[in-house]
Amino acid sequence: MRMGRRVATTLRRTAIHAVPTVLGIIVLDFLLLRLMPGDAADVIASESGVATAESMAMLRQHFGLDQPLLTQLMNFLGHLAQFNLGFSPRYNMPVVDLILQRLPSTLLLMVTALALALIIGIAMGSVMAAWAGRWPDRILSIVVLLFYSMPGFWVGLMAIVLFSVKLGWLPSDGDMTIGADLGGWASISDRLQHLALPALALGSFFVAVYARLTRASMLEVQRQDFMRTAQAKGLHPLLIQLRHALRNALVPVTTVAGMHLGNLLGGAVVTETVFGWPGLGRLALEAVLARDFSTLLGVLLLSSLLVIVANLLIDLLHAWLDPRIEPA
Amino acid sequence: MTANFRPTRRATLAGLSAIALGGRRSLAQTPAPKKGGTLTFIQNIEPQTLVALTTTATPVLTVSAKVTEGLLEYDYDIKPKPLLATEWSISPDGKTYTFKLRPNVKFHDGKPFTSADVAYSIQLLKTVHPRGRNTFANVTEVKTPDPLTAVIELSKPAPYLIKALTAAEAPMTPRHIYEGTDPVSNPNGNAPIGTGPYRFKEWVRGSHILYERNPDYWDPDLPRIDQMVMKALPDTGARSIAFENKSADIGYRTPVALSDLDRLKKLPYLVFETDGTSYSYNVSCLQFNLDSQYFKHLKVRQAVAHAIDRELLVKTVCYGYGTVCYSPIAPGLKEFNDPTPSPYPLDFKKAEQLLDEAGFPRGKDKVRFRVPLDYNPIGDESLRASEFLRASLRRIGIAVDVRSADSSAFVKRIYTDRAFDFTYNGHSNLFDPTVGVQRIYWSKNFKKGVPFSNGSHYENPKVDALLEGAAVENDPAKRKAMFVEFQKIVAQEIPDIPLFSPLFLTIKNKRVHDDSLTADGVEANMSRVWLDA
Repeated sequence: MRMGRRVATTLRRTAIHAVPTVLGIIVLDFLLLRLMPGDAADVIASESGVATAESMAMLRQHFGLDQPLLTQLMNFLGHLAQFNLGFSPRYNMPVVDLILQRLPSTLLLMVTALALALIIGIAMGSVMAAWAGRWPDRILSIVVLLFYSMPGFWVGLMAIVLFSVKLGWLPSDGDMTIGADLGGWASISDRLQHLALPALALGSFFVAVYARLTRASMLEVQRQDFMRTAQAKGLHPLLIQLRHALRNALVPVTTVAGMHLGNLLGGAVVTETVFGWPGLGRLALEAVLARDFSTLLGVLLLSSLLVIVANLLIDLLHAWLDPRIEPA
Repeated sequence: MTANFRPTRRATLAGLSAIALGGRRSLAQTPAPKKGGTLTFIQNIEPQTLVALTTTATPVLTVSAKVTEGLLEYDYDIKPKPLLATEWSISPDGKTYTFKLRPNVKFHDGKPFTSADVAYSIQLLKTVHPRGRNTFANVTEVKTPDPLTAVIELSKPAPYLIKALTAAEAPMTPRHIYEGTDPVSNPNGNAPIGTGPYRFKEWVRGSHILYERNPDYWDPDLPRIDQMVMKALPDTGARSIAFENKSADIGYRTPVALSDLDRLKKLPYLVFETDGTSYSYNVSCLQFNLDSQYFKHLKVRQAVAHAIDRELLVKTVCYGYGTVCYSPIAPGLKEFNDPTPSPYPLDFKKAEQLLDEAGFPRGKDKVRFRVPLDYNPIGDESLRASEFLRASLRRIGIAVDVRSADSSAFVKRIYTDRAFDFTYNGHSNLFDPTVGVQRIYWSKNFKKGVPFSNGSHYENPKVDALLEGAAVENDPAKRKAMFVEFQKIVAQEIPDIPLFSPLFLTIKNKRVHDDSLTADGVEANMSRVWLDA
């Protein structure tokens, strides 16, 4: 019962916060983007290497750039009020279709990378905490330091050189073999092979963060009174570590992981570019370079929603992990 | 090791091995084409549309012709060959072009291709195509006396027109799909229907475009492959790797970093070719803003010209993949290029003297003046070239700050805001100087807000007269003389300093054959391409 009320409160609060936050982000983004020099017509002309006054005017009209700024903003907000993200003149299709085409790829990549990072990170952190100061801790510390200090795209490139070029085990680009018409298990295995390297590259940095966080908070928890009580009760050491130490140590880890969801989308821009992954990060980057503002605003709106939803989930997760925590 | 690189050398080697093989010579040279297979074609950016009708962006040119064909194709010397038109003739006054169309050609939706489509397409190009507005400006009417004859009537001769009819430059689009619609947002741009050897199958944005063999193509022997996959790999390193691990079959306009070429050339399964790049030569140049307080002085421009070692630039910045060029008309356009070297050879002493005379003596820190250089970011070598120019000009006391921007910001700064002093820029010559070169020097094309117009703000009535004359001159010899005189004048007055013409390589896996048989190479319909099993 208490849990149910808790969920309701959290949902209500999030909803109240979300609307003005999203609106603020949209208006701010819209105005900031207009500060960038050049517009979509300039991009198309520079790609074409040729233009005439008439073709520029035609493009600006097509992109709606011939209208005053305020009208453009009002149009966008008006569409948004009807849950319509507008139309991308560059891609010649509705922004929502464009985003939905890419969203599954990005979510798959982000969730896999985050899950990998959490599983490996927490496991490494637990081992390090359990053997604190002894050789497993020392060796893993070095590994973690390496992951922490190497940029993800470099890890990705090196992984490509090793696994794709030298060994030829894994593909280097895309999210599936195109035109192969695979079905069933072959198709799943094909997708997993394409997913392995980018997920590793995107997640490697976060493995290090979670491992260190887990280690530190587990050591912190070890000194608490309830740990001594658990030991005094004669519980198995493994049970103490998992149920008492790890569960309490997970609160800071999940808090940070929630914030990382936003970061991951940023990191995904680089990873998706290196691996030719057809995701939202690349769409956002291409939209910036192309000055395709309606697409970019759509992606930004979606990522702000994603961050809000992630925070909501983390709030609920905290409630389960430690019922004493009040909703923020 | 450039064994794979120069076509002449390659031909010689093939010949030698054929001689060694004795009687199998003919077999070794022209192996019988095989059928089937999937060709994976990679490029840098994803196209924004699949028909080159309202844009001439390179990624669009790459894909367009596979589905939407043109009236003609061209051999390496830009001599026309039949494609959708089987015969053509030009009246002696150069004002009437008659095309006989190929019979029994059908669009992918089953509708026949007729002269009505030709007439409609040319009108469309004249109104919405970025270059078509100029190329077809003199077209008054396209007559269609019968379904297989199209007659283009011009108000004035347009000697470049017959070279402008490739699939990518002048696509023949289906009238029944475009009529009465907005051509820019017509859905045909996303899922094209044409007469081409490949049918559009799917476009997964950000991933790939898939084409499949058109079984009803007008040439029953073609095409040979089953599928063509177009992939955009935005990362330079990823493109090198794709060739290395054989996941990419072909890419053009040197799809990898120049610094990677040496390494890739060691791989026995890759071929590097220059065939099929003669339809569009580029010239990279250092372009001055003649309204700049420094570069409005001819002596300052001359001094800059005296300080640049083009050979060294090509050798270092371009890793040798370029041809030194003194004229805005590329050496590749042999018909028009004036190969005379610049009147301002490498001479630092002379440069210093000119700057002193112009009233810019060396001051504090031995600097005469400080000036920003903007570069067009489209090329792989742009930043390196700008740094090379900075180092060169430092020697004569000009301190250069290299300024970076993305392409949109660059275009706005140069052509709309005109807030620049000089720029490292590049222009495509295309197939004819009237189409590709005139725009940069013609005073009437100084238009604020129009990218790649007359960016220097150059004005010379003599040059205007020569360019306007050459645009309507029917006699090839007279036309050439006009362009040569034009080149002499701009070489003297240097509104810009042409530096080099980049050499574009097509990189392919050696299992790919017959990919670049025309002047526009892989930008053509690639109907004859085939793969080893």
